[in-house]
Amino acid sequence: MEKKTPLYDCHLAAGGKLVPFAGYLLPIQYATGIITEHMAVRQQAGLFDVSHMGEVIYSGRDAEKNLNRLLTNDIALLHYGEVCYSPMCNTEGGFVDDLIVYKLGDEKYMLVVNASNREKDVAWMQEHLFGEVQFADISDDTAELALQGPNSTAILAKLTDAAALPVDNYTFKENIQLNGISCLVSVTGYTGEMGYEIYLDNAHAAEVWNLLLTAGKELGLIPCGLGSRDTLRLEAGMPLYGHEMNDRITPLEIGLSYFVHLEKEGGFLGKEAMIAKKPYTNKRVGLKVIGRGIVREQEKIFIGEQEIGITTSGTYCPYFGCGLAMARVQKKYGKIGTQVDVEVRGKRIAAEIVALPFYKRDRTTAPSVSSK
Amino acid sequence: MNIPQNLLYSKSHEWVLRLDETTVRIGITDMAQQLLGDLVYINLPEVGDAVTSGETFSDVESVKAVSDIFSPVTGEISAVNEELRDHPQLMNSAPYEAWIIEVKNVSDREELFAAEQYAKICAEEEGH
Repeated sequence: MEKKTPLYDCHLAAGGKLVPFAGYLLPIQYATGIITEHMAVRQQAGLFDVSHMGEVIYSGRDAEKNLNRLLTNDIALLHYGEVCYSPMCNTEGGFVDDLIVYKLGDEKYMLVVNASNREKDVAWMQEHLFGEVQFADISDDTAELALQGPNSTAILAKLTDAAALPVDNYTFKENIQLNGISCLVSVTGYTGEMGYEIYLDNAHAAEVWNLLLTAGKELGLIPCGLGSRDTLRLEAGMPLYGHEMNDRITPLEIGLSYFVHLEKEGGFLGKEAMIAKKPYTNKRVGLKVIGRGIVREQEKIFIGEQEIGITTSGTYCPYFGCGLAMARVQKKYGKIGTQVDVEVRGKRIAAEIVALPFYKRDRTTAPSVSSK
Repeated sequence: MNIPQNLLYSKSHEWVLRLDETTVRIGITDMAQQLLGDLVYINLPEVGDAVTSGETFSDVESVKAVSDIFSPVTGEISAVNEELRDHPQLMNSAPYEAWIIEVKNVSDREELFAAEQYAKICAEEEGH
């Protein structure tokens, strides 16, 4: 039996098509459809229920030490109010999961993990606790909304003191009052767009959801489902657990070395295995479909008769109006501009290896903030 | 749900319009396009291809997935709606105008339903 998020009734009221996902009933799309939702996020704004994500808290004197042992990124570099992305690896150097870390205080951190991995992650985290540290899984009490798109700042500014909002990418502010409801708001997201993730108690989730939709109506805000979340993240070139990463793939072979601090003091779980596996013969690349058709995941890639790799995610991407995919290919064939064929249900479709991310937002214009 | 009275329907959500004694026009229903979501590509067959009742003759891609379209009749394709190649979204916006193929020399057909019966089938599917 799937669980319901605190926004279940809101989804039904808005015409959401609910499907089981990671143990929850969540909207795949609303009546507007995936393409409209996708374009709303690129051009105006979209609101996602991501309450299914898992949240855990590390606190205590040894919280930082615990996280630095557990994660590949260097948590010691994080300041209060900052967020970082990190792989969490097994002792073979493969992914247990990827997650984001919020530094809530000198001895307090929140980790946000993939819903489908939550139980496995919590077990792995608890297994590796040491020293003076407290661990709490707050997932069942915590709602998360993602407000994404160029108008998201203007929308939030209608509900709260705009000067109090976090500004820089990967930062957050606590105790942001949205109509008197206390929220943690971060400049993060999974769409490649300017946007926020809003964490709050389940009890107020529906109220904030409705407040945002009302405030955002004239700025083009619409509710968005899992379908557009996936097309947006693909365009943004973001890897997804179970697709680009799994327990056998290391962060180094999918281009995430920026988030792996091999030099940090004390090492981390999986480091030795990760180094021993070098040099890596595969790499993650982007594919743009040139021929007619759509490329999905787990489809073979060829140059002539030579099989060079496999797609890991793929669909039609509304912003570009064509099929895009991410793929794992042999490094020696992975040069940008290389022409390949993808075998789709027995037929070959022409594609080209292109740079990731496919979509990069224009950061030259700062988001506009109107006063409350 | 739009279910025109003048058409016949298959269980797998294709519609059939009788053009004359042995020729029909085939498309997908409003229910089908709603189930599939935003359509972005269609793999069309060619004029002259044989189709068999109950077997696939084309597939459509939505953002979410690829789905087969089944022929409700046996015969030979006499026309293909080439407009869908560049505008597959017409199947979403006007499913009963966006016909996919015409079939001539129809020799066999699967069980087809009138609008009222088909509406019941749709209601049952939506119910669960």
